[in-house]
Parts: sequence; structure tokens; C-alpha cells
Amino acid sequence: MKTRRIAAAAISAAVVLGLAACGGSDDGDGDGGGDSGGDSVKIGIKFDQPGLGLKEGSSYSGFDVDVATYVAEKLGYDADDIEWIQSPSAQRETMIETGQVDFIVATYSITDTRKEKVDFAGPYFIAGQDLLVRADDSSISSVDDLSGKKLCSVTGSTSAQNVKDKVPGVNLQEFKTYSECLPALVGKAIDAVTTDDTILAGYASQAAYKGKLKVVGQPFSVENYGIGLKKGDTELCTKITDAITSMIEDGSWDKFVAANFGESGFQPGEGNPPTPAACS
Amino acid sequence: MGDVFENYDIIGAFWVTIQLSALGALGALVIGTIVAVMRVSPVQVLRILGAAYVNIFRNTPLTLLMFFSIAGMAFILGLMLSDDLSTNAYRWAVIALAVYHAGFVAEALRSGVNTIPAGQAEAARAIGLTFGQSMREVLLPQAFRGAIAPLGSTLIALIKNTTVAAVILGTSNPEAAGMLQVITENEGASLPTFGLFAIGFVILTLPLGVLFTRLSQQLAVKR
Repeated sequence: MKTRRIAAAAISAAVVLGLAACGGSDDGDGDGGGDSGGDSVKIGIKFDQPGLGLKEGSSYSGFDVDVATYVAEKLGYDADDIEWIQSPSAQRETMIETGQVDFIVATYSITDTRKEKVDFAGPYFIAGQDLLVRADDSSISSVDDLSGKKLCSVTGSTSAQNVKDKVPGVNLQEFKTYSECLPALVGKAIDAVTTDDTILAGYASQAAYKGKLKVVGQPFSVENYGIGLKKGDTELCTKITDAITSMIEDGSWDKFVAANFGESGFQPGEGNPPTPAACS
Repeated sequence: MGDVFENYDIIGAFWVTIQLSALGALGALVIGTIVAVMRVSPVQVLRILGAAYVNIFRNTPLTLLMFFSIAGMAFILGLMLSDDLSTNAYRWAVIALAVYHAGFVAEALRSGVNTIPAGQAEAARAIGLTFGQSMREVLLPQAFRGAIAPLGSTLIALIKNTTVAAVILGTSNPEAAGMLQVITENEGASLPTFGLFAIGFVILTLPLGVLFTRLSQQLAVKR
């Protein structure tokens, strides 16, 4: 009887504490929203893409983050006014359409299907699908050397579908993220990882893989990275396009590239730096 | 909606889901029966091993088992079940499904065994049947009949859990969840597409639920 009573007390205490915890975090969110209301800008980025958009603790780094910060400054926001929001690939259109973010800078390739739902400013970078191999592996120098090789990419991604079209019968393992492919690549269970060269360069620059991996440098697709924003917002689109143009002209673009991809020896492919298209 | 069916082999994807479910269920039934017998056997070591199996695999997230099968068993330990990576992943997915659900099957069967009055096992031993014989002839047949309903629940859970295999299977020959990922990547996320796949799973599982409920009534051992 006594133990049962103690158990009941413990459970009710746990429930109360749990509720209190929820209340606390709700308050926190509310205050945060109130303080920054009106003056802040919500930008969608990747949180898990080294070299492009990476969240470590409470700091954010990467090429997309640098570009987004530059653009936000041109739009009249301080770095402190930026609220970073995680925007996974599959949710990007929805997040823009529902207004959860003001714009998205997250390895967002401009495609016709996506243009039906959102508008793009840019491109601000031209990436291409490439291969990441072990630094001492000289047997793969382009996509034509892939027959008989084991390849890794992300389940259902454009890169995975593309390489299946380019190399019929390719021996492909698909995982949920590229990070899961890398230990297998270093451990020689697979021979190459494929996706956009920027993403590969980001991984190759990571401390854990520095010097062990290299980007082949023979891109076999063209991915125009754009800044996604709400369909029909031509005013914002024009402002962002101007910001991208000035970023490329004043040398900031080169600085961002060097800072984020320099470690891997990666050079931006042909067509870089790009000329942003006019807003429609 | 129509062009989604035209451009993507959704029926084919559900066929892969059915194959995974069938093979996984078969494996789970075989392993689960062995583990259940171990758990009720008179040898203490076997009982401990059986209990350990159930506790380890039933309490490990399936996603983890799936990923470990490829990243750990295949890539690090070199246990490749095929030189072709997608075939290898497919076979490991079946094994992971079987191994994981075997824990649930074993517990369902053990509960079935426990519904049988103790006197029957004692009577079986009294007329000189060995443990194996009394299991085969007396206890297991009744245990299966008593455990039909929980076994049905496990099968339904297994069918839905095949979607977890998408973390290793890839999209060369995708099952339903992998196909949904491809469609989302190419066409953007849309509620109707999600609805379509949800309906697909309802079509697979709802009749099974009805069937198992009826079977459990028909086959119940009248005491």
C-alpha cells in the first residue's frame, strides 16, 4: 500500500513537472517572437550540411549561411535580426507557401516543377553533380569510370535518380543522409559518393575527412542554386537579385567560396560566378 | 493524380512491400517459434537465451537494426549477401524485419502456451511424451490457435514497418515508402500523394485485421 502511494505521488509529480516544462518553453517561444516581431527575417537553411548550412550549438556556418546573411544585410536586417529556420529538402516549397520562412537559401536547385509553386532569385551558384572518392584512389576520374564500382547516395534524391540514368546498372547503395555514406567510403566498402559538388566539398573539408577524400571535379549535371521565395513577390525577388549581383561584384562571393570550400581544394565549376536571371 | 500513376510504378512499389512483408513474416514466424519454445523449455540456459533474444531485439528500434545490418554487418564486417548492393540491401532488410518481429511473435506464442491449463503439459509428460513431443503434439497447436489475434497484430505491424526498410533499400526497386520519397523529391510534397499511399496500406492491412479477428473466433480452443 505504501509503495503504491509513493508511486502515485512520483507519477503525479512527474506529470506536474512535465507540464511545467512545457509551459516554460511555450513562454520562451512567445517572448522570442514578441521581441523580434516585425524587424526580424526568417531564413530557411539546411542545418546538417557542412560547408553550406551547418548548425553547431547556436552558431551557423556555411556558404548558404554567408550568402543569406549578406542578402539580409542588403535588405536592411542586421545579422542579429535573422531567425534561422531548418528547411529539409522535402519541405521547402511548403514552408515558403505557408509563410514559415521569408526566403530559403538551402542548396535549392531551380527547376521547372518547383517554379510552379515558388519563385526563385538567382542563381547565386552553379553546382553540378560530381563524385567524392578516396584521396588515394586514381581509378575513378569521371562518371564513365563507374561501371563495376560501388556507389552511395541519398534515397530518392535527384542525384541518385540522375546517376541511375547516366550509368545503367550502377551498383548503388542509398542511405538517408550523405553522412552515413562517408564511413563506408573511408572504410572501402563503397568506392564513391555522388551528389552536388558543393555538398561533397563541404564534407571533404570537414576535420574528420580532411586529406582522406577528394572531389573528382568532372561535374555531369548543372544545378542552379537559387533563393526561393513566395510566388508573385516580385519586389522581394528584385531586391534579392540586386543583392546577389552586388555580392558577386564586390568580391564577397569569392571570399565566401574560399572560406567554406577552400580546405578541400574544390574549385567552383564552369559558369561561376553566375549572372542572376531577371525576376519575372 | 492520374499522372502520378502513369509516371511512377506505385503498384510495383506496393508489390515489393508485399514481398518484403511475406518473407519477413515467414522468417519471423520460424525464428519466433524457436525462441518461444526456448522460453518455455525445461533447460534454464535456453530460457535465459530466449528471454535475452526477446529483450534485445524487441527493444531495439527497427531503424537502428536496418542501418546496422548494412553499415555494420555488410560494410564493416564484410557480410555481403550479394555483390549487387540493392539485392544485398533487400536481403538484409528481410533479415532485419524477421529478426525484429520474431521477438513479438515469440511473446505472442508464449502467451498462447500460457492459456493452456498446466494439467495438459503434466498429462503429456505423464503418458511418456518427451518435451519435443509434448510441444509438437499438445502445446504448440493450441498455442497457435490461442495466439492468432496477437499474431495478426504483429503481422499488421510488420507490413507497416516495411516502410522503415527505405532507410537502406534505395530506389532501384523501391517499396512504398521509397517510392513516396522519389515522388516527393520530383513533384514536391502533396497531401493527395500521401493520402494515396495511406490508402494503399489500409487496403493491405484492413482485410487482414478482419480475417484474423474471424480466425481467432473460429480457431479458439473451446474450454
